[in-house]
Amino acid sequence: MRTRASGRTVGGLRTLSLQAPAVSLLLMWMLVPLVMTLWFSFQRYNLMMPSVSGFAGVDNYYFLLTDPSLWTAMGNTLLLVGWVLVATVVGGTLLAVLLQQEFFGRGVARLFVIAPFFIMPTVSALVWKNMMMHPVNGILAWVAGLFGLPAIDWFASLPLTSIVIIVTWQWLPFAVLILLTAIQSLDDDQVEAARMDGAGPIAIFFYITLPHLKRAISVVVMIEMIFLLTIFAEIFVTTSGGPGLASTNLAYLIYIRALLDFDVGGASAGGVIAIILANIVAFFLVRTVAKNLEN
Amino acid sequence: MRLPHITKSRRHLLSLASVAALAPLSAQVSAETITVATVNNADMVVMQSLTSEFEKAHPDITLDWVILEENVLRQRLTTDVATQGGQFDVMTIGTYEVPIWAKHGWLTKLDNLPEDYQVDDLIKPVRDGLSVTEGEKKGLYALPFYGESSMLYYRKDLFEQAGIEMPEQPTWSQVNDWAAKLNSADEGVYGICLRGKPGWGENMAVLGTMVNSFGGRWFNEEWEPQLDSPAWSEAINFYVDMMGKYGPPGATSNGFNENLALFSSGKCGMWVDATSAAGKLYNPKESSVADKLGFAPAPIAKTEKGSHWLWSWALAIPESSKSKDAAQTFITWATSQEYVNLVGEREGWASIPPGTRVSTYENPSYKDAAPFAGFVMDAITSADPTDPTLEPVPYVGVQMVTIPEFQSIGTQVGQMIAAALAGQMSVDQALSSAQRSTERTMRQSGY
Repeated sequence: MRTRASGRTVGGLRTLSLQAPAVSLLLMWMLVPLVMTLWFSFQRYNLMMPSVSGFAGVDNYYFLLTDPSLWTAMGNTLLLVGWVLVATVVGGTLLAVLLQQEFFGRGVARLFVIAPFFIMPTVSALVWKNMMMHPVNGILAWVAGLFGLPAIDWFASLPLTSIVIIVTWQWLPFAVLILLTAIQSLDDDQVEAARMDGAGPIAIFFYITLPHLKRAISVVVMIEMIFLLTIFAEIFVTTSGGPGLASTNLAYLIYIRALLDFDVGGASAGGVIAIILANIVAFFLVRTVAKNLEN
Repeated sequence: MRLPHITKSRRHLLSLASVAALAPLSAQVSAETITVATVNNADMVVMQSLTSEFEKAHPDITLDWVILEENVLRQRLTTDVATQGGQFDVMTIGTYEVPIWAKHGWLTKLDNLPEDYQVDDLIKPVRDGLSVTEGEKKGLYALPFYGESSMLYYRKDLFEQAGIEMPEQPTWSQVNDWAAKLNSADEGVYGICLRGKPGWGENMAVLGTMVNSFGGRWFNEEWEPQLDSPAWSEAINFYVDMMGKYGPPGATSNGFNENLALFSSGKCGMWVDATSAAGKLYNPKESSVADKLGFAPAPIAKTEKGSHWLWSWALAIPESSKSKDAAQTFITWATSQEYVNLVGEREGWASIPPGTRVSTYENPSYKDAAPFAGFVMDAITSADPTDPTLEPVPYVGVQMVTIPEFQSIGTQVGQMIAAALAGQMSVDQALSSAQRSTERTMRQSGY
């Protein structure tokens, strides 16, 4: 048996045969749904029209790619991911720094900040819809009333913003959790030394804490990106992708094609495009993160 | 497909064997469970609450309920029936689905109904809506649970205060003027409530009749979409403008049930919607405006044609059901004269499921309890799905187009109009993108 410079063992019929069951199981796990999606994406397959079937060629892709709603949905997907990432990383860093300070009731405060992460997306969307952002009964409308301001009809006038707020509320705890752990590994002596050299809290934050958090931040960005590309429940519960297409992302568009239009072929083509998009994003992301982690 | 037959006969063998084995122990064991999928409207909730009455009369059948919101129900049922899933034995579907699904061979034809069911007693337009009328599949495929048309509800007390008199046939421009007078947001009363929630069965139902009455149509005789026509633009501009000025906030999320709640709690001056709401609005237990309620025909604009709709919620048995006999026993019970009487005695006569049987409208206790009865009967029998628009059309249906693509088209267009109502885009933008997406869908399905 040979060994590579990296330490990984290579080749050998026996090794291969030992690996085969695990590898083929994994391949099936991954390949079967993928191949089926690809297969359906080239079929004329609409549940409501069983008489129309057969090979569709690239029709499904043609209709999808020339559909203006696809581009709106892609734009919305990127906006949604982008804004949530910015909000959670910035907010998460600030909260992590804050929660690192010694103060009375820190344990309880930490618990409260982390709590939203354990709420199911559907439930949190319902709570936000009916108790927070409702233009008549919502807390935000009541607060606006205290200041004599008119209530905002959130889901009608600021649909994408509302979704960003809800999703941020849910993912902020995750960022805080990771970043707080990272901050705790920061060497106290280093901070102490900086302080003795006359650095203020802001300088300490920018020159010591932030560089220290770089890795943790890239991990947060990567993991969140993977999950945020597929946000669905929050949109489904609150705006149903509307008004119009204002809050339709790629996942919701595929849902519309598959379960409102019952167009399995078109939905599969949308799925394939989503896979491609996710891979492009992942390609750049993994490279940047990997580079970050190496340094 | 031969497979279902094999499984079916095998299942029969199995159940025979198990009955034979267990029969000496208890007769209850052979009780057949049927799964009933229905929508969460008030009349269906009453039906569920009467489960024990049905099971008492038919001890060999147990009911299992799946109650869902309209849009979700449609998804579940369509995917189940199209893939021959067989999850449900009774499906609650409407005038839109029945003819299409029956032609696909997804529904069981109901040609051996018991004598005492009195098929002829079912109101004719409603019965026709649930039948295939041509070809070898001709016949009845679902039994109507309730039927409805649309009408204008208004608050008599507010009209009197404002000194308005309701004519025999109101027009939309009058409605707009009245809404302006009735609207007083300070007191929490909005001039008019109309549906805004997107969906072919939600906002497009009301908007479809408005467009018809403004002289528009969905398709011309060559199946070309007409959404960029002046009639559509006029109707939708009128709607968006009126709702913006005199409608309740958050109207884009109001469907039938939300508006029912608003109107019955006294928050709306007028409401144009289904006649099936009348029973709830006249019930003092459920409505604070029961004694102040007035009604009139649905408003018209350029033409009277298609100003009110025709719809019925009906119970059907999918081909994939494994307990067709038990399912038929249930649907004949739930749509029978006997069931209507049972609800009348238990829930009050105004609350019975309306619009299905002629005999209901001849029943003196119903006529006494429901002053709107004759009016509703007229509205239902005068709606004409075969001639709904000013100009001729190739389709059947007043507030809908009975083709498989309409579900998707109606919902997309509904989304665009909701966007216009919310101020996300202008009416012209909304209609032109609705026109484009409808053209695409029609081209995709080869029209």
